[in-house]
Amino acid sequence: MIHALDFMLLLLLVIIALIAISLKDILGAVIVLGAYSLIMALAWLEMNAPDVAFTEAAVGAGVTSFLFISALSKTKRWEK
Amino acid sequence: MSEKMVESVVARTISRIIIPFIQLYGIYVITHGESSPGGGFQGGVILGTSIILFGIVFSLNTTKKWISKKILILFMSLGLLIYSGIGAIDMLFGGKYLEYGKLPLPLHSPEMSALSILMVEIGIGLCVMSTITLLFIFLAGEKSGTRMDSWEI
Amino acid sequence: MLRSLAIISLLIMGGVFIYVIEDMPPIGNPENPPHVHVVPRYIEKAEEETGVPNIVTAILANYRGYDTLGETTVIFTAGISVMILFQRWNK
Repeated sequence: MIHALDFMLLLLLVIIALIAISLKDILGAVIVLGAYSLIMALAWLEMNAPDVAFTEAAVGAGVTSFLFISALSKTKRWEK
Repeated sequence: MSEKMVESVVARTISRIIIPFIQLYGIYVITHGESSPGGGFQGGVILGTSIILFGIVFSLNTTKKWISKKILILFMSLGLLIYSGIGAIDMLFGGKYLEYGKLPLPLHSPEMSALSILMVEIGIGLCVMSTITLLFIFLAGEKSGTRMDSWEI
Repeated sequence: MLRSLAIISLLIMGGVFIYVIEDMPPIGNPENPPHVHVVPRYIEKAEEETGVPNIVTAILANYRGYDTLGETTVIFTAGISVMILFQRWNK
């Protein structure tokens, strides 16, 4: 049962990473990476590590997205 | 990321309501880090993201008007100073560096340790919060970073 | 080219992780390898030594205090260096 949940979360992680790689829109890829961090936080929480899940949700989905977007605002949005 | 305010009324109203609750939650996470999941780093990041939300929805100039650079640098240094200062006080009163049981207080050793851990978490929270706010104000801005001469020192 | 390389390596790594997950030790079993060396000492003594119910915080702030001090110093240094860099840049 728990293994099934692990399997589903990891499968979702791989799918989200594939989407983030294949997007031409870099802003969209950054948002998708935020979703990746959220699923990763769920995986940590499922492995009974709430402190790490907390850090992943706050830093990965919040601050890293902001840093990527602020770097993106100084370059172009679309990949060539 | 722009200098102007976001046009959407919904975003402005919702963030005006929700920002105090985010900050309250951040303070809760910092101060209850010893009995529940969380701690200084996570709570500091939550407080910093509340200021980032303020700066994205309202303009960057408003954020710079509310928060001066001097206070941010003061908080950054103060956070680190609290942490290392507690270690130095322990050393002054005959313990090793960061050996919490030696504080000159009329308490038992575990209580002094818990009090020191609370102070340390507050220090980490201050340092992380002001670092993230500083990164936001410096990185978001015009093409080549924020003009520093427009920021009050 | 680069993207297909990334996709291929992602598929390989994801496949390895998903294959390996069957061999993960069951969560909560006290016989697990990370739970037999120093963890019982922490679980028995952490609350009475540090006065903090959360063992993670006790380890981070008390037993491994130097590590957390170094981590805070790294964050502080990052903020200070970004500030110095951007102030030079804008002159």
